[in-house]
Amino acid sequence: MNQGNKDHAALAERFNEDEPRVNWHDETLWWVRAKRDKAAHVLPEWEQLREAASQIKNNVLANLSEYLLQFEEKARANGVIVHWAADAKEHNEIVYNLLHANGISRVVKSKSMLTEECHLNSYLQTQGIEVIDTDLGERIVQLAEEPPSHIVLPCIHKKKEEIGAIFHEHLGTPAGNADPQFLTNAARLDLREKFLTRRAAMTGVNFAVAETGEFVVCTNEGNADMGAHLADVHIASMGIEKIIPQRNHLSVFLRLLARSATGQPVTTYSSHFKKPRKGKEIHIVLVDNGRSVQLGRADFRNSLKCIRCGACMNTCPVYRRSGGHSYHTAIAGPIGSILAPNLDMRKYADLPFASTLCGSCTNVCPVKIDIHDQLYKWRQVLVKEGYAPAAKKVAMLGMTFTLSHPGVYQFAGKAGRWVMNKMPFIVNNKLNPWYKQREMPEPPKQSFGEWYKKNRKDNV
Amino acid sequence: MNSKEKILTAIKNNQPAQSGLPELQSFLKPDTEVLEKYINVLTAIGGVANVVNSYAEIENIIRQEYKEVQRIISLCKELSIPGEAGRDADAHELETVGLAVIPAQFGVAENGAVWVTDNILPQRVLPFITQQLAVIIKKENIVPTMHHAYKNIGNTDYGFGVFIAGPSKTADIEQSLVLGAHGPKTMRVFIL
Amino acid sequence: MTAALFVPCYIDQFYPHVAIATLQVLEKAGVTVVYPSKQTCCGQPMANSGFEHLTRGCNELFIKNFTGFDYIVSPSGSCTLHVKEHLHDAENEKEAEHIRTRVYELTEFLTDIVQVKQWDAKFPHKVGMHQSCHGQRGLGLSQMSELVAEPFSKPGKLLNMVEGLEIVELSRTDECCGFGGTFCVAEEAVSVKMGKDRVNDHLGHGVEYIIGGDMSCLMHMDGILRRQKSKVQVKHIAEILNSH
Repeated sequence: MNQGNKDHAALAERFNEDEPRVNWHDETLWWVRAKRDKAAHVLPEWEQLREAASQIKNNVLANLSEYLLQFEEKARANGVIVHWAADAKEHNEIVYNLLHANGISRVVKSKSMLTEECHLNSYLQTQGIEVIDTDLGERIVQLAEEPPSHIVLPCIHKKKEEIGAIFHEHLGTPAGNADPQFLTNAARLDLREKFLTRRAAMTGVNFAVAETGEFVVCTNEGNADMGAHLADVHIASMGIEKIIPQRNHLSVFLRLLARSATGQPVTTYSSHFKKPRKGKEIHIVLVDNGRSVQLGRADFRNSLKCIRCGACMNTCPVYRRSGGHSYHTAIAGPIGSILAPNLDMRKYADLPFASTLCGSCTNVCPVKIDIHDQLYKWRQVLVKEGYAPAAKKVAMLGMTFTLSHPGVYQFAGKAGRWVMNKMPFIVNNKLNPWYKQREMPEPPKQSFGEWYKKNRKDNV
Repeated sequence: MNSKEKILTAIKNNQPAQSGLPELQSFLKPDTEVLEKYINVLTAIGGVANVVNSYAEIENIIRQEYKEVQRIISLCKELSIPGEAGRDADAHELETVGLAVIPAQFGVAENGAVWVTDNILPQRVLPFITQQLAVIIKKENIVPTMHHAYKNIGNTDYGFGVFIAGPSKTADIEQSLVLGAHGPKTMRVFIL
Repeated sequence: MTAALFVPCYIDQFYPHVAIATLQVLEKAGVTVVYPSKQTCCGQPMANSGFEHLTRGCNELFIKNFTGFDYIVSPSGSCTLHVKEHLHDAENEKEAEHIRTRVYELTEFLTDIVQVKQWDAKFPHKVGMHQSCHGQRGLGLSQMSELVAEPFSKPGKLLNMVEGLEIVELSRTDECCGFGGTFCVAEEAVSVKMGKDRVNDHLGHGVEYIIGGDMSCLMHMDGILRRQKSKVQVKHIAEILNSH
């Protein structure tokens, strides 16, 4: 989907042109947040679980290279073939070469945000490989030729009538039928044929256990399993940060993941892949793609603790009212806004500013990533690295000068409420974004400082 | 330097200071109402629970509830229901299975899940490809939480293991819950 | 007990009556209030925009104005939080640290330090309480809806002492209003939409006033209310505590 060079603010403004739709989007996601709250509040030990998960992930970051080596060794002993990819390009090439070597030109794929990050689908297509996304939401956006707008709910931005129209066009369902049950069944029938005929299946990885060499894939639909257990070749792509030390630690993460994501007590399927079936292959591609760099940024490294539950998106008041596509990156919302600048500061300089720093994301995060603090810190980095618009810089310098000099500040205030002219949030010029939909505050006759001088002379 | 070395070197250079692992023992609290909880949660996630006293009772329920089903595969030796599930059969051939009856090692009260491994499954795809799924667990094998579950699993060896919690489902279309996404449309758990 | 009054710049310039109310409330609580007259701003507008490195002058000035006080009190959760988290000065770090640990938002100062047990104020109206995110989630003035933890509210404790005051229960108890500093103009569309939704939650519950501890949030919602020609007004909690 071409979004030009528009930034989050511009894309979100476009999203807000249809207010009833924004309301619908906001309420749907708020409902998911409410389900999350309900699921969390059932467990008195919820906050201890978050703390435990956070500590495990901190331990992972401190021992990542050792755990990766341990995992590789165990996985190999289990008969799994392990590959290492330094970046997206290498990942994509590894996948292509595996398919090519097996003479496979059609593949089914369950949800993997990593493959979105690597733009695997478009790469494979140019190599003549057909990729069918099998998660229902991902299949819908794939047919619509759009990227997912949410990491857990890929087509949360689409109305059922629109999905009905897409299915009518691509799957031949009756025009005008928008019944979720009916449409889901149509996709089930269509994708069953794909599962049964494709010789290779790709999946993502939710967790990989260093001590056993197994990896866990979580789905509700069963699409990862349908693909993997029917294929000759199963390729699992995982970011290097998905490692956890011990099998026992899965208890903590599986208790948190689905409750945080959708409010379910657990996903329908938590599949533990350890060894390939007789005569079949399992490949794991360990992907870095900037993660080792992020690991070196002390202020931002703990974004690598993310387990991709999407809770921060559901709770984010900005995400709910701007839609995932406004973030123009594979992972939208608060977590996407602290991950993306690591990959490309120039391209994603707008994202850390697409937040009010309200802090709700940090509170729902099951692994306690300080998301809103990182948004603040990214702003400092981006400005220092020169990614702030020049006009903003001049305004900020002017403001700083005035606010650093009480005499200037008091004089400026007197000369017509200086704040009104200079404060960034109520800039009083003809473009005045404040005034577009809001009245300006009415300037009083005197400031508090002036009042105090007059009325509390003795104290000055 | 190949990619593996490159990645590992970069990680080693950037790894933060050591940080310890938490103790998880305190999460292992006993719970006496696991049966009731299990049934409630399973029902809430779209499953059906039947508390039964004998395999004969299970057979009766299967005969009554799955009359229309053409092809049933049972992995439970105690049932006289015809079973066919060769380990060497082609997994794709299971596409026509209407009902699979599978014994599971244990259930988890907090989320309604059952744990199944390929030590039981002749074909991993069976509990996913079947149109309907029935699982048998023993009453005394229901544990309170996932912490107890992994304590049970310990360092058991398996090629594949899965927690199954209810019928396959999706809410991808406007958050409307639909049972039967790609896997079974129903899941019944017999608690013996 | 002596406390220095820190009046955020936009309150000084636009809402002097809120600063006056704060001063009078503190005095009513038996606090001797000192107002350092050369104060300007905490530097948050720049810092939140990514220009924290330009706030040196602001920080130096703030330290000059507020060094030597046992307590520094401000009628703003947001500005208090900024000082608490970001006031630094390489040459006067000791003083900066003292200020960071001694700066209080008005309601937490009254409940935690002054430990107000009863309060003489009357405001016989139906109000909605807007929780500012920086006050609530940043300073921990009240429990957050995301956490599994015991509920409490410092401003709520004080408001419960006000005669005749009826506080409505909102549908979303602690959702952000969308002000967000420069966010309110840089992301005008989303900011306004968030503000409208927040205001509607209050209006839907039949409030006469939207009250809160941060004038910045209230200024934003007031702008929306007045554009809608609504009769509902905004009031700072200091004004409520100062009402008779």
